[in-house]
Amino acid sequence: MKAPAFTYHRVETVAQSLERLRQFADTGKVIAGGQTLMPILNLRMAAPEHLIDVSRLSELREVRRDGSHWRVGAGVTHAMIEDDRIADFTKGYLQQVAGGIAYRAIRNRGTVGGSLIHSDPSADWPCALLAIDAVAVVRGAGGEREVPLAEFQTGLMSCAIEPDELLVAVRIPQLSESASWAYQKFCRKVGEFAHSICAVVRDPEAKRANVVLGAVGDKPVRLPRLSDALARGLTIQDLASERLAETVQQDLVHAAQVKPGSYAYQLHHTMAMRALGKALQK
Amino acid sequence: MSEAKITGRGVGAALQRKEDKRHLHGRGRFVADMQMPGQLEVAFVRSAHAHGIIRAIEIPPEHIGRVFTAQDFPEVKPIVAVPKIDGFKYSEHPALATDRVRFAGEPIAMAIAETRGKAEDIADSVFVDVEELPAVVDMLEAVKPGSPLIREEWGDNVFVRRDNDYGDLEAAKRNAAVTVTREYRMNRQSPLPLEGRAILAYWDDRLEELVLYTGSQSPHQTRVGMAQVLGMPEGQLHLIVPDMGGGFGAKRVLYPEELMVAALAMKLKRPVRWIEDKREHILTAIHAREHHHKVTAYADAQGKILGLDVDLYVDAGAYSHWPNGPSMETGMASRNLPGPYTIPHYRCRTWTVATNKSAIGAYRGVARPAACFSIERTIDEVAYAVGRDPMQVRIENMVPADAMPYRSVTRLLFDGGDYAESVRRAAALVELDRIRATQREPREDGRLIGVGFASFTEQTAHGCGEWVSRGTPVIPGYESATARMMSDGSLQLMVGCVSHGQGLETTLSQIACETLGIDPMRVSVRHGDTQVSPFGMGTFASRSMVMSGGAVARACRLLKDKMAAIAAHLLHCEPQQLSFHDDAVHLADGRRVAFEEIGRIAHLRQEMLPAGVDPMLEVTTTYEPGIDTGLFTYATQAAVVAVDPLTGHVELVDYAVVEDCGTVINPLIVDGQIIGGVAQGIGTALYEEIPYSPEGQPLATTLADYLLPSASEIPAIKIAHMCTPTPHTEFGMKGMGEGGAIAPPAAIANAIRDALRAIDAEVNETPMTPQRVRAAIELAQAQRAPKTP
Repeated sequence: MKAPAFTYHRVETVAQSLERLRQFADTGKVIAGGQTLMPILNLRMAAPEHLIDVSRLSELREVRRDGSHWRVGAGVTHAMIEDDRIADFTKGYLQQVAGGIAYRAIRNRGTVGGSLIHSDPSADWPCALLAIDAVAVVRGAGGEREVPLAEFQTGLMSCAIEPDELLVAVRIPQLSESASWAYQKFCRKVGEFAHSICAVVRDPEAKRANVVLGAVGDKPVRLPRLSDALARGLTIQDLASERLAETVQQDLVHAAQVKPGSYAYQLHHTMAMRALGKALQK
Repeated sequence: MSEAKITGRGVGAALQRKEDKRHLHGRGRFVADMQMPGQLEVAFVRSAHAHGIIRAIEIPPEHIGRVFTAQDFPEVKPIVAVPKIDGFKYSEHPALATDRVRFAGEPIAMAIAETRGKAEDIADSVFVDVEELPAVVDMLEAVKPGSPLIREEWGDNVFVRRDNDYGDLEAAKRNAAVTVTREYRMNRQSPLPLEGRAILAYWDDRLEELVLYTGSQSPHQTRVGMAQVLGMPEGQLHLIVPDMGGGFGAKRVLYPEELMVAALAMKLKRPVRWIEDKREHILTAIHAREHHHKVTAYADAQGKILGLDVDLYVDAGAYSHWPNGPSMETGMASRNLPGPYTIPHYRCRTWTVATNKSAIGAYRGVARPAACFSIERTIDEVAYAVGRDPMQVRIENMVPADAMPYRSVTRLLFDGGDYAESVRRAAALVELDRIRATQREPREDGRLIGVGFASFTEQTAHGCGEWVSRGTPVIPGYESATARMMSDGSLQLMVGCVSHGQGLETTLSQIACETLGIDPMRVSVRHGDTQVSPFGMGTFASRSMVMSGGAVARACRLLKDKMAAIAAHLLHCEPQQLSFHDDAVHLADGRRVAFEEIGRIAHLRQEMLPAGVDPMLEVTTTYEPGIDTGLFTYATQAAVVAVDPLTGHVELVDYAVVEDCGTVINPLIVDGQIIGGVAQGIGTALYEEIPYSPEGQPLATTLADYLLPSASEIPAIKIAHMCTPTPHTEFGMKGMGEGGAIAPPAAIANAIRDALRAIDAEVNETPMTPQRVRAAIELAQAQRAPKTP
């Protein structure tokens, strides 16, 4: 199938893209890597009249240190991270996530920002960046505002961005020396959308402990009881305890709303246990 | 005159493909590369419903003249494909739906525009008012009384019922020490060649013919069917098959879309093109594999199978496709289910069932993957039932080498080979002893290792009698070739088969080299053009190398006789004294005549020809193998899997194939065919499936939902060859194009069973998804759990 007709706009600066977005607030759509949008257009599941191409904005590819965080441009591609073309400030976490996204051809073009905006519940970045407490940086006519990832994705394929705003960067905390992480995902085959993801980031120095489940429900879910247990110094020996088994079950059933006894439950449970095991081993 | 000396580039040479040059440089030419001035693109309006009555087709006034329905083509007849088999019910398949739709995706109308995108806009604007009928979705439900009917006049949903009884099953039952009963199911899948269907049609006023560029495995046969349905003289249909990105059986059917693009080009007298997209392919090209088998095996205490009792259901979809129809799938499954074994008693009751889905067709392997799955899983279960090793029980049930040639219980003639040896060699390739020594030790990752085998025979290049028994309207028992030596001594071969990935441009050149002693690089193979090639049947049923290679060998030999007569005249010797090699005819004393000289004389210097010899060097001939029931290639495939018992994920850690296709013409190409076939078999085993909703809606219509194996999922495949040349063909070769795809589901299922032996779980349904593997584990655990009071 072929996309319905649209007008294509290539912009050179963020200011220009904001101007176009204001102009076409109801009928325009931003395209970056196009790895999700193009198939959606070709399947005629979306029919914007105007496409605003931000893939050439150099500002969106910038990566720089910003206090305790790093500011990663929304236009940075998965492959740039996978290939170590940006600084590693997460002890290899981002690199592992990036290298496991879909296929290499998709990683060459697909962007971090595009993935967050698309807000697919099974995608990698919404889950991985939620686990590390990243913050979305959104620019509109009135300047920039910051939205913690926990508030950014609002539901299935929807996020907290206005039609005239552009996601310009993600602020990601630098991990301490003592931090550890794990990222486990289950796909039937390489490149497929995940059926379960569990991201664990533990950084005691920064008082950060998150266990996040992805490919579940409408959007990734932080598992509160497990995250608390992790914050309180969960050890690898605890993983075999009955108490932890109960905690996992409560989080899966109550926080993630997974039906006990289902295959999905088995899968999420396995990913969660494996991710915790890996994170605590490091 | 002796047979041409082997020059190292003839039969058996690992010659690199001649086709590679254009394909690796991206210079192949496919239908989608073709552009004609004034060309229009077609988009089809397709049924959104699985089953219903068309009440109205509403075309917006602004698009009148750009949308066409069946009413616009009163001259186009429905497709009728009723095999000459007792009890096969009559049905018609209108190329564009008239009053009723019978599967989601069925073409109803066609829209035209300058671009495909605009044509889709117009197609989207057409409203089809359909009164929905209940859909027939499951083949086992469809045969029950009270099921909704797809054709009321039939009284049921069965294309044809057939029972086949061989031997005395009651005797097997009486003597059995063990009885094993299982149900096996293969789910529906799509052939999905890289390139989908494609057709460009235009009327040529100068030649007064309709030119059709189309991806077809059998253009001459398609022309026959097209002429009948369109009511046109065959001579006015000129089919040209340019490069093709695979076919696998999906491009050997007279499709409504192709017929209607041809009819539209006739009507408009403008070039019209339709390029199928992946969604259309998954929805509406032939489907494959959907079988349900209920198998009971009776065996003695050693696991020797005494008898098999099988109920065999095939979900054939809504329509019977031309030329083969759906009963071929059922018949082949029934005949091949007893496998390479000496099973004395066999009963098979079959149902070829109509449902509201796309028509089932002959996808690489045709029916035999399901047959192999059932018998090979059953062999393993019989072995477990008698407490013996499946490999040993498999070998003991096999036709022994000293019983060859052997007539099987279903009257198939196995022409030769050592089946048991193929099992032993496959075991050695995967290092069975090493795996057995370590597989019960717990692994750090918790995964379980298993090894599985599957053996099969592959009926190839079947001839006249076999096809007559299938009742097909076309009997592809032979193949044809024209060999033409040019005036410069180079050779053109015109053949009726089509090379769409098989490398026939290379291997047929090797046959010419072997027969004539000509440099294969001086041979040009032309195929796939009904005005260039002699009438031929096409490429399918693992037949091209045997049939077309045989025709080329025969044509070259006839050419050789004439060349020898000319050379003997020039050298003042007898033709018997001459030998052919290195592009020349040689005498033992060192004198020679180059092919170039012979070609020149035959065409340009008639006065130098011997008396009574006509000018020119051109021969057209046909060939059929010495027996018409097919040549039986055989193989054993071994799979080693690692099963994650917590997720149900299966990883293939090793895979081996030991096969015997007789004389190998080009080992690179044979190995390539095996690897490609195994890759598709892995797809059947683990990934590919089109599930349907209860309303008959297909639930996987894009490659996001329909999973194909890719490089990451396919291990390096170990291949070993055995070689038992058959006496019935040129050079002793047999076909082998489909075999790779036949055994993977069975070998992998047996490997999963081996891995899960401690849990006693088995998976008998493809694809063996993680979810199905987990369900099998949970079922086995529940059955083993002590009952609580």
